Amino acid sequence: MSVATESLDSLLKREYQAGFVTDIEADTLPPGLNEDVIRLISAKKGEPEFMLEWRLKAFRHWLTMNPPSWAHVKHPPIDYQDIVYYSAPKTKKDGPKSLAEVDPKLLETYEKLGIPLHEREALAGVAVDAVFDSVSVATTFKDKLARIGIIFCAFSEAVREHPDLVQKYLGSVVPHTDNFYAALNSAVFSDGSFVYVPKGVRCPMELSTYFRMNASKSGQFERTLVIADEGAYVSYLEGCTAPMRDENQLHAAVVELVALKDAQIKYSTVQNWYPGDEAGRGGIYNFVTKRGICRGPRARISWTQVETGSAITWKYPSVVLEGEESVGEFYSVAVTNNLQQADTGTKMIHIGRNTRSTIVSKGISAARGQNTYRGLVKILKGAEGARNHTQCDSLLMGDKCGAHTFPYIEVRNPTAQVEHEATTSKISEDQLFYLQSRGLSSEDAVNMVVNGFCKRVFKELPMEFAVEAQKLLSVSLEGAVG
Amino acid sequence: MLSIKNLHASVDGKPILKGLSLEVKAGEVHAIMGPNGSGKSTLANVLAGRENYVVTQGEVIYRGKNLLASAPEERAREGVFLAFQYPVEIPGVSNIYMLKAALNAVRKARGESELDALDFIALVKERMKLAEIPEEFLYRSVNEGFSGGEKKRNEILQMALLEPRLAILDETDSGLDIDALQVVARGVNALRSPERAIVLVTHYQRLLNYIVPDYVHVLASGRIVKSGDRTLAQELDRQGYGWVAQEGAAASA
Ligand SMILES: Nc1ncnc2c1ncn2[C@@H]1O[C@H](COP(=O)(O)OP(=O)(O)OP(=O)(O)O)[C@@H](O)[C@H]1O
Ligand SMILES: [Mg+2]
Repeated sequence: MSVATESLDSLLKREYQAGFVTDIEADTLPPGLNEDVIRLISAKKGEPEFMLEWRLKAFRHWLTMNPPSWAHVKHPPIDYQDIVYYSAPKTKKDGPKSLAEVDPKLLETYEKLGIPLHEREALAGVAVDAVFDSVSVATTFKDKLARIGIIFCAFSEAVREHPDLVQKYLGSVVPHTDNFYAALNSAVFSDGSFVYVPKGVRCPMELSTYFRMNASKSGQFERTLVIADEGAYVSYLEGCTAPMRDENQLHAAVVELVALKDAQIKYSTVQNWYPGDEAGRGGIYNFVTKRGICRGPRARISWTQVETGSAITWKYPSVVLEGEESVGEFYSVAVTNNLQQADTGTKMIHIGRNTRSTIVSKGISAARGQNTYRGLVKILKGAEGARNHTQCDSLLMGDKCGAHTFPYIEVRNPTAQVEHEATTSKISEDQLFYLQSRGLSSEDAVNMVVNGFCKRVFKELPMEFAVEAQKLLSVSLEGAVG
Repeated sequence: MLSIKNLHASVDGKPILKGLSLEVKAGEVHAIMGPNGSGKSTLANVLAGRENYVVTQGEVIYRGKNLLASAPEERAREGVFLAFQYPVEIPGVSNIYMLKAALNAVRKARGESELDALDFIALVKERMKLAEIPEEFLYRSVNEGFSGGEKKRNEILQMALLEPRLAILDETDSGLDIDALQVVARGVNALRSPERAIVLVTHYQRLLNYIVPDYVHVLASGRIVKSGDRTLAQELDRQGYGWVAQEGAAASA
């Protein structure tokens, strides 16, 4: 066996570092789903009538749908009656009003995860909204942001405090009929984050949400809505972890982004849900619908994702380019190790004239991991002068893993330019030997080569998260090489 | 410092080195010359620990220990350095990042403290002057898009930074213009010291005008067939390898 393969094989014995369980009293519904459960969720959150109606409409539609079968992933059928649809840490009253009311155990959990929940610790300039199982626990920096008109709060709070905005934009990008998981989410979503940046305002800090699944058998169905009004700018980051459990947990989130004229939204994800063990036991099913729309001219939406966790990842952060000269970007690193499966990519829908999109996808497969890029570039009739460039690279570690590429291109306007480049390569022994001959351990050599491979994507992440992503990547491929 | 005895090595099952012996003492400079395909790079790779190069017989003792037993990175940390005939490109990894990681790995093994960013920059800039590499090369990806000569200079920079005990330069002079040749010579001469040894693989006597070797060896068909002082290189320059090969064949017959 070669040194490289040997190192890679030992790399695969990674440990999941966020796999602890927090012992906390929770208000949990029994497993199962019906209209009563939905009414209960809605009631627990004190929602206005329109919200309940919307949920029920989605639920009724969901009942008519089947899970998608086209993705390149395999898993046993999911029993939707065996999932807990609501689990919230218990609090004295209705919910925590300030940090002081938040259960100290929760704060400890976030501390373990390295999240700067206390404002004084968040000097780095990150405002954090933390979602624990189903509810949003604390939102930092809220007041400071409110002073310049930015709303950054838990989704359930937005439903109560800003119903007009929610009603106007919820489902406007991802309708409740969109797909099986989006419909389910629309019916049962329990919390998430809400952001509204008013006209001409540049959000002065990174906004950030951390999701954590703690309760056993629970599903997490968060809903995020980010609206950047004309000329506004916001950069948003989401991070996720979950404890190690033997059973699979479902995570079916929906994220909607709306960028109006001249607005820009950067949305970055570092996804580190529990991936399951070496034998493929446990792990999160990450079935997520993320879509943004560039509503006005020169609007711009960028998705950057680093996907290292989850047993199965199924997500296609997309951009609908409606406004003239609007820009959509997708930068992705997806790692599959052990028995992980990822079917991920993007959709760029060009509607307006001179719209542009860029897709950079880096897939890394190790052990028996299966990594699929699935991307759609659609240029509609009116998209005069539209342009897309897609770069799709796969890196294979070892010979038991797989990389697959499914680029779909539909062009209905002859002036459009669409370019697609794809490469698949094995991690190079020459590169590893070169670095080792300079004194680097084989583990460090692998990390260096892999990080280099991902550079174009990491570059798009906010600085502090780029560092985190690099670390995460080495942990994901870690396990004492050499 | 380095003692190679009756070394036999194969690449992908094909025997390349066939009973090579060589003694290199601290303070010495050895030049190894020989026809294309004779096994010079194979020797260099075996010494650096490349894994698909299998040693089937013989031994290599480096500073009193069996060199062949250790992994490539351990050899590097013990002071073995190979300047590659074909330096490898590593996209997305900046030169400075790699250099710093390498230097700190080696320093750590020597029991020295790791250099922080500021000290490192100061040191690397000084060594870049020696290798005549413009600063922008620090921030480019390792060897990516470097010209042939720039890659070779980058190898010299790495050598100057890591300060190896045993430096093996595999045709670092090939494809260089006269100025670059002098850069290589300066880099090697700066490293020359009573505690260090240098093995130069080269096709050209020209380099040996700048770096005067203590010994010159001819490698042919996987063995050292002739050794001498620098005049041997001059003779080879005039007459080619034919006569040595014949002599070697006669000697082994
Ligand atoms: N992977 C391989 N499989 C088979 N033969 C190989 C392999 N690698 C090297 N060789 C052969 O080994 C022999 C020695 O190669 P080596 O690179 O050591 O020569 P060299 O003396 O460095 O030549 P040059 O002066 O051209 O650099 C050559 O005949 C080469 O073709
Ligand atoms: Mg050679």
